[in-house]
Amino acid sequence: MTARKPNEARIVITGVGLTAPNGNNLGEFRKSLLAGKSGIQKFNIRYMGEVLAGICHFDPLKYQKKKELRRGTRAGSIAIYCAQEAIADAKLDLACLDKSRIGIYLGITEHGTVETENEIYEIKQFDYNVKYWSHHHNPRVVANNPAGEVTLNLGITGPHYTLGAACAGGNIGLTQGLQMLLLNEVDLALAGGVSECTGSFGIFAGFKSEGALASHPNPEKASRPFDKDRNGVVVSEGGCVFVLERLSDALKRGAKKIYSEIVGYAINSDATDFIFPNKERQVQCMKLALNKAGISPEDIDLINTHGTGTIEGDPVECQAIREVFGEHPHAYMNNTKSFIGHAMGAAGALELAGNLPSFEDYIIHPTINLDHLDPECPLNNVVINEPKRIDKVNYILNNSFGMLGINSVVIVKKI
Amino acid sequence: MTKEQIKDTILKIIAQIIPDEDLSNLKGDIPIREQVDLDSMDFLDIIMELRKRYGIEVPEDDYIHLATLDSSVAYLEPRMREL
Repeated sequence: MTARKPNEARIVITGVGLTAPNGNNLGEFRKSLLAGKSGIQKFNIRYMGEVLAGICHFDPLKYQKKKELRRGTRAGSIAIYCAQEAIADAKLDLACLDKSRIGIYLGITEHGTVETENEIYEIKQFDYNVKYWSHHHNPRVVANNPAGEVTLNLGITGPHYTLGAACAGGNIGLTQGLQMLLLNEVDLALAGGVSECTGSFGIFAGFKSEGALASHPNPEKASRPFDKDRNGVVVSEGGCVFVLERLSDALKRGAKKIYSEIVGYAINSDATDFIFPNKERQVQCMKLALNKAGISPEDIDLINTHGTGTIEGDPVECQAIREVFGEHPHAYMNNTKSFIGHAMGAAGALELAGNLPSFEDYIIHPTINLDHLDPECPLNNVVINEPKRIDKVNYILNNSFGMLGINSVVIVKKI
Repeated sequence: MTKEQIKDTILKIIAQIIPDEDLSNLKGDIPIREQVDLDSMDFLDIIMELRKRYGIEVPEDDYIHLATLDSSVAYLEPRMREL
């Protein structure tokens, strides 16, 4: 174990705001995860017709005016909802805080695809004459848009930006928030990830062209990581923003709730392929995070897997986990994408959030749709189809990997 | 279009652009931006809607004519009369 850090150097989660296809706050989301309730539905997308997707059903007018919705982006709207909910959950009064010392760090898989497709569709009606191209296009598609919209909505004047990190974005937003707190650049971080990708036909079509877009007669059965009959990714939107503080600050203000401490994190790169993952680099990333936390694989009680339901990707993660944790690991494993599909830039943060209540209820939410565990995905301790109560949960490890070979691991500890 | 129809058309466009605002008491002779929350990007939306819906081009030098509801109707009437 490493030496105990001073409270000023310990970063904790004190608020959670989220929207997922099966819940618009942590309570609803957790309830769905324990009840085996999927959030996948049929969805119509331009040029493709009916596809399967995870769509969020939060009320954007809870925190935004209609004009703001018209002008902004869906990702911005998701980010605003999640940030506002996180602040409310942390029982913070923004009026009493120095808004120049609040930072916003949001992971994204991509941004601007939806808005660009919409504009091209719009000017198609005018024979592609660009004088009909919207003056709102640039502020909508700049990469900082989702985080920037949060600053406009909340009047936050500290740093804001997004972190483009493919499907590892959620973990990396969280990691960036932690690092900025440790560097004393900010006193409070709103960190996590968002995705609006269900608005883009190109994302769906891209997965389809790769042969990696999930299909199933029953939408709720389509996302099936590690199952022998899996056939790809279900594209979803979503968002999750955490309030991060130094433990010393959280204690000083009498924070009502401290969900966990972030004790380990790591980011590395495969440097091998645009799409296909790399087991060695995933192993290395998990080990780096464990080292940072100063703990051993045996200390981890729950691994939230990244598994997206692709034929090629899932076995690689399973092999990497077996290499780090052994053939008969102490840790249990689950997969949240089996419920909500792949929420892309939001995935890492959302999936971590859904597991945080395990520190209190000691229940591991299951992986659903795992009817026949693929022999290529030999996970001995995966929690299948029914929640499992265990004796203790002290550490959770959260995997999130993305295209171009970006890997991220976050480890949180009960506090 | 009659002047009354042009006025209704402008009001409908503005209502779409700033849907949170109450336009029922909008005075015709006072600049619109002094009465409701309508910024420069919203104003460009009005120009864009006139272009998209009616093929009307408003040159930048003429934007001043769209300051009030009354001046907008006066400016647009010769351009929308035949619509």
